[in-house]
Amino acid sequence: MNLTLKIWRQKSAKDKGKIVDYTMSDVSPDMSFLEMLDVLNQELIDKGEEPIAFDHDCREGICGMCSMFVNGQAHGPDRAITVCQLHMRSFKDGDTIYIEPWRAKAFPVIKDLIVDRSSFDRIQHAGGFISVNTSGNTQDANAIPINKHDADAAFDAATCIGCGACVASCKNSSAMLFVSAKVSQFALLPQGQVEATDRVMNMVKQMDAEGFGNCTNTGACEVECPKGISLENIARMNREYLKASFKG
Amino acid sequence: MALDSRIPQGPLADKWTRHKNEINLVNPANKRLIDVIVVGTGLAGGSAAATLAELGYNVKAFCFQDSPRRAHSIAAQGGINAAKNYQGDGDSTYRLFYDTVKGGDYRSREANVYRLAEVSTNIIDQCVAQGVPFARDYGGLLDNRSFGGVLVSRTFYAKGQTGQQLLLGAYSAMNRQIGRGKIKMFTRHEMLDVVIVDGKARGIIARNLVTGEIERHSAHAVVLGTGGYGNAFYLSTYAMGSNVTAAWKAHKRGAYFANPCYTQIHPTCIPVSGDHQSKLTLMSESLRNDGRIWVPKHKKDVEAIRDGSLKPTQLAEEDRDYYLERRYPAFGNLVPRDVASRAAKERCDEGYGVNKTGEAVYLDFASAFMRYGKEQAHVKGLDENDEALVKKLGQEIVKNKYGNLFQMYEKIVDQNPYETPMMIYPAVHYTMGGIWVDYNLMTTVPGLYAIGEANFSDHGANRLGASALMQGLADGYFVLPYTIGDYLADDIRTGPISTDSKEFDEAERNVTETIDKLINNNGTKSVDHFHKRLGKIMWNKCGMARNEKDLKEAITEIAALRAEFWKDVLIPGGADEYNEELAKAGRVADFLELGELFAKDALVREESAGGHFREEYQTPEGEAMRRKEFQFVSAWEYKGEPKDAVLHKEDLAYENIKVKERSYK
Repeated sequence: MNLTLKIWRQKSAKDKGKIVDYTMSDVSPDMSFLEMLDVLNQELIDKGEEPIAFDHDCREGICGMCSMFVNGQAHGPDRAITVCQLHMRSFKDGDTIYIEPWRAKAFPVIKDLIVDRSSFDRIQHAGGFISVNTSGNTQDANAIPINKHDADAAFDAATCIGCGACVASCKNSSAMLFVSAKVSQFALLPQGQVEATDRVMNMVKQMDAEGFGNCTNTGACEVECPKGISLENIARMNREYLKASFKG
Repeated sequence: MALDSRIPQGPLADKWTRHKNEINLVNPANKRLIDVIVVGTGLAGGSAAATLAELGYNVKAFCFQDSPRRAHSIAAQGGINAAKNYQGDGDSTYRLFYDTVKGGDYRSREANVYRLAEVSTNIIDQCVAQGVPFARDYGGLLDNRSFGGVLVSRTFYAKGQTGQQLLLGAYSAMNRQIGRGKIKMFTRHEMLDVVIVDGKARGIIARNLVTGEIERHSAHAVVLGTGGYGNAFYLSTYAMGSNVTAAWKAHKRGAYFANPCYTQIHPTCIPVSGDHQSKLTLMSESLRNDGRIWVPKHKKDVEAIRDGSLKPTQLAEEDRDYYLERRYPAFGNLVPRDVASRAAKERCDEGYGVNKTGEAVYLDFASAFMRYGKEQAHVKGLDENDEALVKKLGQEIVKNKYGNLFQMYEKIVDQNPYETPMMIYPAVHYTMGGIWVDYNLMTTVPGLYAIGEANFSDHGANRLGASALMQGLADGYFVLPYTIGDYLADDIRTGPISTDSKEFDEAERNVTETIDKLINNNGTKSVDHFHKRLGKIMWNKCGMARNEKDLKEAITEIAALRAEFWKDVLIPGGADEYNEELAKAGRVADFLELGELFAKDALVREESAGGHFREEYQTPEGEAMRRKEFQFVSAWEYKGEPKDAVLHKEDLAYENIKVKERSYK
């Protein structure tokens, strides 16, 4: 199929960006979206032009590195996938496709479609862990039985890949879905209880400091999340936060 | 230099305990005076960085991704082994040790593997304490499943995302130390050289991938947890960025490279669909617990399936060849990966492949749907003879176990695996070879360590399922943090290492000269052009089956391709900015050297062992034929061009296991 691509090009964080038009022919429906960009990049290199910079690594939908808006949607039109799992069969011959980076104050552009998501890491540094020594001298794993329902719910929260689609899709650039996923994982497990108060307070504080907006329960984050992280996690985080605030 | 594996004396089961009692320790107050660099933040590097920081060392950690959480360990699906014997099915440390040595086809080091089995149980305890949400049964206890090459259920898992959960556990342990200031994290940084001062590893040269800046970092010891080099094949299940550069630079600075030809080809990957393809996607081996592998018995059915006139579901049971169950009745679909891979290749080479290119076999869940469905119907008191109902109930159970894998398959292939069998084909998945290390995980360069997939030590000629995650975390959490102290105990009075020395000057010059050369080359062909050509040579001549003629050709062809690369590669953009092509070029340049050593190593090894199959050495039934005289580790010393590399041998002694023909029949 033949496509017109309108892609955000921005040389660096300091430079101004703009949309540049590209045309492609002979795109196979079996290609992944990123493979289509690979082919375009090879064409650009062959012409001596600079290829389009974009983040990607595992290309199996699990590392969370790939990050782009396709036609105004994080990770493109299909539900519950990352952009590396999007295939060209989702498009039609003659389509025009807009490709842009995540847009959020806390995710500054590095180049073209690549943004800096280290703010997510800093939130994790503030409390995204259980304070246990890595000595291997912990108690036997089966000494902490966990109800299957809770273990499954903790797992569901833990499947967040930290891609940032939630932030990019939110009109307030809120990171609540991301932060609440980690808070929920530990809130649901007995191991995470001891420092639950400090965890939620510290993580929320850091989230605000990074410049992420507030949640207004619009739910776009959940719709665009490639891993189907549920809004319930935000509700749980709010309860945890409230509980922690009373404890002071 | 003679290889000294430093295996401790004494009975196998006491070696590790005794060693820990005898090696030197560093006093907690002195640990504060010591810096350690950890390169790579996957399961091995991440867990090592966290533990070293917790012990009190000052850690600098490096990864090329934007966050440590993205290391490719995250993509491991199936599970992690541990000899817990929670299922009471007869598992023990010895059995895990035995299975691993046998699975590796008696080409791994006994003492290391025993230690791995010994600490495996601690890993599960540690991860659970960190909040890793492993699968649980209804009583709240941990659930287990079985993996290829094994007769017990010792694999712990978190749906099909075990690697992700374990990596996030290590990442959270790192975050705790980063928050405390004990780890200084350098993301989007690539290590481009090791600096050796007075014969000891004392630092690295790294490039900031965003700004292009070349940086000097010093430390008292350097640890490489940089994964494997399967991307030499271009198409593989590795992440796009996985590379051999750090390990290769260490090799060029004196670290011997061991068993480079030992590569695991994983049997259950999504087949190649076209020339545009950038990578291959794995379908977890755990699927073989419930899926049955088959091809049609008759060529006419193969043709009908290929041209679309016959659906696989329409083919009668008696017209299907469940070739693994037929050939290996004891293990059936759960034979080790090398056996399953070769058997698939054998059927496809004979013309029974079921996709357009003839390079795919079926992985069919129909029987599992019915088996689980009947059980569910029975439990729920429903009609066990209602086929549609039973199938639906069964599909629900399978969905719970492997739902994400089925979804992944459907997205890529555009077929619903609940309705039609999956198509699979083997792909390059893991490299058992790597930097040679002694029992302390130290390379032949003092102060330079290699852990996880970056070293060669535990998997022999084949890696069993669920053993890589185990090794990564064992090395990082429980082995290296002890053994590195033995070396660092001599460094408590050294003080900070200056980066202002002739050795750092020389290493930095080495790096900048290579970059200048690449960026100013003004060639005509892209980096990927060369990488794809290298991949074709590797797959066709150094792949699942190899022979002397092909390997000799590969050596010549790779050397010629390397010369052409340096003459004709084209890299747009500059060196002082984010430049993905430049970073890739450096990695491909290293693959072009490693690839040749790989072929050379395969040529020397005139035997078939595990994942390494030399066509000249097979039994009349087509099984791998091992030769006693090759019971050694090949460790290559760098001498310039790969053709000049010098072979050193570490003989492997088996004192606790009787070396037998491997049979899964």
